[in-house]
Formats: sequence, C-alpha cells, structure tokens
Amino acid sequence: MAEQYLLEMKNIHKRFPGVHALKGVSLQLKAGEVHALLGENGAGKSTLIKVLGGIYEKDEGELSINGKPVEIKNVEQARAAGVSIIHQELVLVPHLSVTENIFLGREMKKKSGFVDRTAMRAATQKALDEFGLSLSPDAMIADLNIAQQQMVEIVKAVSFNSSIIVMDEPTSSLSDKEVEALFENIKKLTAKGIGIIYISHRMSELQEIADRVTVMRDGEYIATKEVATTSNDELVALMVGRKLDNYYTRTFNECEETVLEVKKLTNEFVNDVSFTLKKGEILGFAGLVGAGRSETMRAIFGLDKVSSGSVKLNGQELVGKCAEDILRAGIGLVPEDRKNEGIFPSMAISFNMTLKVLKEFIKGIRVDTSKEQEIVEEYFKGLSVKAPGPETAIGSLSGGNQQKVVIGSWLASKPKVLILDEPTRGIDIGSKSEIYAIMNDLAKRGVSIIMVSSELPEILNMSDRVIVMRSGRISGELTKEEATQERIMQYAVNI
Amino acid sequence: MTANKFLTSIKSYFKRNAGILIGLVALCVAISFRSDRFLTQDNIMNVLRQISSNMYLACAMTMILIAGGIDLSVGSIVAITGVTAGTLLNMGVPIPLTIIICLVLGGLYGTITGAIITNTTLPPFIVTYSMMQILRGATYVYTGGTTVRVDNRAFINLGTGYAFGFLPLPVIYLLIVFIIVFIVLNKTSLGRHIYAVGGNEKAAKFSGINVRRTRMFVYIFSGVMGALAGMVLCARSYSGNPLAGDGAEMDAIAACVLGGASMAGGYGFVGGTLIGALIIGLLNNGLNLMRIDSYWQIILKGIVILVAVYVDYIKNLKKNKAN
Repeated sequence: MAEQYLLEMKNIHKRFPGVHALKGVSLQLKAGEVHALLGENGAGKSTLIKVLGGIYEKDEGELSINGKPVEIKNVEQARAAGVSIIHQELVLVPHLSVTENIFLGREMKKKSGFVDRTAMRAATQKALDEFGLSLSPDAMIADLNIAQQQMVEIVKAVSFNSSIIVMDEPTSSLSDKEVEALFENIKKLTAKGIGIIYISHRMSELQEIADRVTVMRDGEYIATKEVATTSNDELVALMVGRKLDNYYTRTFNECEETVLEVKKLTNEFVNDVSFTLKKGEILGFAGLVGAGRSETMRAIFGLDKVSSGSVKLNGQELVGKCAEDILRAGIGLVPEDRKNEGIFPSMAISFNMTLKVLKEFIKGIRVDTSKEQEIVEEYFKGLSVKAPGPETAIGSLSGGNQQKVVIGSWLASKPKVLILDEPTRGIDIGSKSEIYAIMNDLAKRGVSIIMVSSELPEILNMSDRVIVMRSGRISGELTKEEATQERIMQYAVNI
Repeated sequence: MTANKFLTSIKSYFKRNAGILIGLVALCVAISFRSDRFLTQDNIMNVLRQISSNMYLACAMTMILIAGGIDLSVGSIVAITGVTAGTLLNMGVPIPLTIIICLVLGGLYGTITGAIITNTTLPPFIVTYSMMQILRGATYVYTGGTTVRVDNRAFINLGTGYAFGFLPLPVIYLLIVFIIVFIVLNKTSLGRHIYAVGGNEKAAKFSGINVRRTRMFVYIFSGVMGALAGMVLCARSYSGNPLAGDGAEMDAIAACVLGGASMAGGYGFVGGTLIGALIIGLLNNGLNLMRIDSYWQIILKGIVILVAVYVDYIKNLKKNKAN
C-alpha cells in the first residue's frame, strides 16, 4: 500500500492573464515532517502556498488531505481543512493584545453572548506555556519584537488545530538566537504530528531543520530530495537550472587610506561606537537583531539625533548635519526595510533611481531629459534590472530587482561610502550573487562599503574586516583571517 | 523632437484622463441639448470665472494630496481674507499693500498649520479641521456675522474686470496659478520631492529629502491660494463675507479626486484637477440653466461625483488585474 500523505497536491495549475504561474506542480507532505520549498523569487512558491491557503483558486489539479480529496476555495475552507499560513509579513493587529489576536474573529462567548475574556486568557496562557514562551497574554502586539510576534502567529496557528502549517520565510528578520528558539518550537510541532511547509532562501537552515525539500523553478516542479542525502550545491543547481560557480565574488585588496572615522558615537540607541573605514574596504557589521547596528548607521546618516561623538568623512565632520547634506558629502544608505524605507512602490523605476540626484539634471525649472535618461540607462542596464522598462512601477518587480534599483539609485549619487543594511534580505539566490558581484566591483573602484548583515556566510565571505555589536556597543573586531562563525557568535551573545 | 515629446505628453494626458474627459464631454452635450444658452461665449466665460476660485484652492490641494496630506482650512482662509481685505480697504490702505498683506497672512496661516503638522505626528485632517474652525470663528467674532462692504472700484475691478475685453481677470489668475503648479510638480526637484514624500515618507527620509521643508511648502502655498481665492471672491461680491468659502475645501478635494489624485498620497496630476473642477463647475452651471430645483442640485452633484469616482475605480481595478 502506498504511504498515506498528510497533504498531497497533484498537478496544480494556476494561470493569471498572460502568465502561467503554476505548471503542474506536485507536493507531498508527510505528517511530522518539515518540508522545505525552495526556488528563486518568481518560481511560484508563493502562488502554490496561496492556492493551498485559499487565497487563489487553482485552475487544475487535485488536493487531498489524509488521502481524502478536498476543495479549498477560500480562506475559511483552508482553515477548516487544517491549513494555517504564517506569512512573511505578519498579519497581527498591532493594538490588540496577544489573547485578542489569537481569538480574533472566533471569540469565546459566555452564555449571555458577551465575550468571555477569562476563558480566552486562560486558553492563551496555556498555549504560551506549552511553547515555553514567557509572554503575557495581555501584552500588546505593538510592544513585541518581530520574533515574539512570530511566536504568537505560531501559537495562533496551532490553536486552530491546524495539522499543516506553512511558514513563509520565517527567519528573514530573526537573529540567530531567535532562529534557534524558532527551530525548537518547530520540533515541538512536528513531534505532535503537524506537517510543516517551510519556505526560506537560507540554504544553511535547511540542513538543520528540514527533512525533505521540493525545488521549484519558473512555476514548474523540479525535484524532491531527502535533505540528508543532498548537498547545498546540488539544490542551488536545481533552483537556478545551472551551476553557480562563483556565488560569492570577492577579490581582496590592501586598503590603507582611511575614509570614514567614527569616534565615540553615542545616542539613545548606541553607546561609544568607534571604528574606521578604509578606501575600497568592505566592513561587515555582525550581531543579533537589536544589537544597534542599523541604529549606528541611522546615526551616521543623520536620521537619528547624536548626543555625542564624531563622524568624519575624509576629515569633514558630519555630526549635526541633515541626511541631505550627508548624502551630498558622499555617504549612501541602502536601508534594511526595503519595502517601507527603500522604495516608492507606485512610482516608476526611473523616478526611484534619480530621486537622489535630481540636482544633476534639474536646474530651476529646466529638466534635462536626455541627461536623466542617461543616468537611468546606466544603472538600469549596468545592474541588469529585470523589468519591461524603466517606466515600470518598482512595486511590481521582484525583491531582488527592487534592491538592484535601490542600490542603483545610490550609485547614481556617486558615494564614497555606501552603507548596505541587510542587502540581500528576502532576495533570491541569483540576485544575491549579482549583488555580491556589484559590491565587489564597487570596492575595487575604491568605494568603501559597510555591510550590516545577519547572515554569517555573507559576512564571512565578503568582509575585509568584521565588527560585532552587542547591546548598542561594539563588542569585538575581527580581521578576515580571524573571523569565524564561532568567534562572531561569541562576541554577538554575552558569554 | 520637442514637438514629438509634446504630442506624447498630450496623448498620455488624454489616456490618463480618458474616463472623466468622456464624462466632461457627455455632460456638455447633455446640457447643451437642454439649454440654448449653455454654449454661448458669455456662459462659458461665466463658468470659467466660477471655477476659478475653486481651482486656486484645488491646485494647491492637488500638491497637498500628493504629499500625503489634506487641508480643510482653506475655506475659512477664504472668508477671513475677504473680511481682512474689505476692512483694510475701508481703512484706506492702498490696494497693492492690501493684496500683499492678505497673501502674507494666508501664508502665515499655512505656516502655522504646516509647523504643527511637521513637528508633531498629529493627523493633518484634525489639525487643519481645527484651523478651519478657529479661522471661521475668528471671522465671525470680528464681524459679528455681518458682511464688510467694499466700495473701492479699482479693487472690485480686479475681480469683475476683463482682459482683452472678453477674458475675465480671475481666469487669468487661474492660468497663472495653474502654470506655476504644473511647473512645480513636473519640472522641479521640489515637485519630485512632493511625490516622494507622499509615496513613501520613510523612503523619502532615507533618500536625503527634507520632508519637513517639502510639507511646509505645500501648506504655505495652500494658505496663499486660500488668500487669493478670498480676495477674488471679495472683489466679485463687493464685500467680505464671513460665510464665504463655506465648504470650498470639499469642492477643491472633489476636483482633485475627480482628476485622479489619490487621497492616500503619492499620486495626482494638476491637469486632471482642472478637468475635475470643470466638471463640478459645469454641473453647477448646467443644473441652474436647466432650472433644476437648488435642493435637488445638491443631491445630483453628490451622485455625479460618486459615479465619476466609481468609474475611475473600476478602470483602475481592470488595469491592476491586467498587470
């Protein structure tokens, strides 16, 4: 007899006007397994998940749970079938408590018809205890950090008696320590027989957490592999359909001339931060989320007030200047949160790309359109942005291409120092590799780069030096020879 | 080359505004069937003169909406300016000085509103609503609810006179304001900053844009436009009326939204706003010519605006699906 699967998706097709998004994709999920779903952005992972979650209706194909065919046409049916999806962007209501969020839309009622707060609170407490979470059921979601919010989502999913939980990039905004806690909780879920579909761009996690992995490419099913008997290289090759020889591009040079000198930078969020950056250097900033890395960058860029200390670019003091002047002095900052801080989603690529250099082609009321086009062309083509044209709205591009446009917009301003905060977060492998190549190229041309990253492989492979931060302070500095995963973690967590 | 570019921009203008342009034409045809007077030169100039005051406000409102804000105080600025202008003129203050004082005061009201909005996180809706109440109240307190009569012929001529014998002066002002706003939005860095601030404020900050200065500008400009509308209305009606401009902010917002501006910010075109204002103006004029009861007119106006916005919504829905 064939093995019975918890979930079986067979030959799923989904068509949008002009796009055949899913071309006969199949997926089998066993009870108690973590099944990773791999693929570049645009491979159809999200579409498949949305079909499962009842957000899209499939055009063709079969879906069965525990061997029984089911129809999922909307979110309610998905929920009734035992499917819960934890989206990358968390969908909790910020100004409600943990309890209220967990019971949102299905509040327990007293006989009188009023909401039974005591019972809901008790049930929430029980569920939180089960996961060993030290959260109060009354805590406001807005007061929790992202890791905690994610745990609330998981508790919520489990409280629906879901047997299938989909996690879309759950670790993309977690620090390593939080990832560990998440993995422990995932193991608790699988021990109960819950099946988990796990989407992630971080290959290193798969070995640790996943049992099997299904690879998709261009809306097609490619292969399903046992994680234990496959290698990352093989998976990457399956994903991109070719071998990526040089995933990390980096040619190291001797860097001597100091470009940026930060001395005892202190404000509300960071304390006594001092470091130097040399010409053509890539300086990695490692640490846990909340260690003050992004805050340091914001302070340098003049977005947050600085209470004391100095930031000197080629000897020029920048503290006290506004972002506009600092940009003009030659510092660029590609922000961490691309969607909320980096792009103007409804505007064209060209608008996004030229916004920082308007002075170069707008003089008073005279717009030099050919100069404008020249700038757009240079970076649109130079960074090989994949889009119908420069007038396409940036919001419709994939994360990787959006990031290329954001980086391009900074390159247009010809920075001496470019700060990249989580430059490859939520970006597919192909684009990641391209962004590494861009960084390497910039460093070769003498641009100094600060790269804040929570991905240790990225830090280790790209940086000339690594600075580690912990609770708003610099806790260690390592040369590329000294830097190892272990040593960075030692500095990052308090041992 | 330039002729070509001009053609493409005209083409894209028609394409973008196709929905309401058709509505505009349909409205004209419908009214002209019902009224012989509609298509006379006199009446057309009359319509243009009537929409002028709304357009001064709506042009500024377009910028404010694009920047992600809203300004409810302009109607009250119209009233207080009219009263101020009347009072100053009756005191014997020369016309040029009166105009300058009024415009500066308008800018000052805008500065106060803008300063509160940019220095706090208070919603523009409530800040400008408060400003609307304060200014309107101040106007009543000062006048005791009566109008301030204006006898200065030269000043009245500025609102009722004609250029080249047929073009009402307020329409000339309208053209100037329109061109200024068009140039600011399309040809200057400031214009792109306005779109950026409304499109994504955080990203604008990260792009080194001075968000505060951009916001201040749109509110100050709106105050100045309120003052302009107030003076023109004062001249046209021979008086500063504390009731003037009541609800004008809503007509301005309606014109912007009819013209495609987004209340959520980041999107809008002053060219569209012009059509929006024309529709509202023609509607008022046409319904009058057709001798439709004035109470019914209010209902019809609401319905037409709702239908127009709904058609636009359907159009966008289709466009988004196609993408």
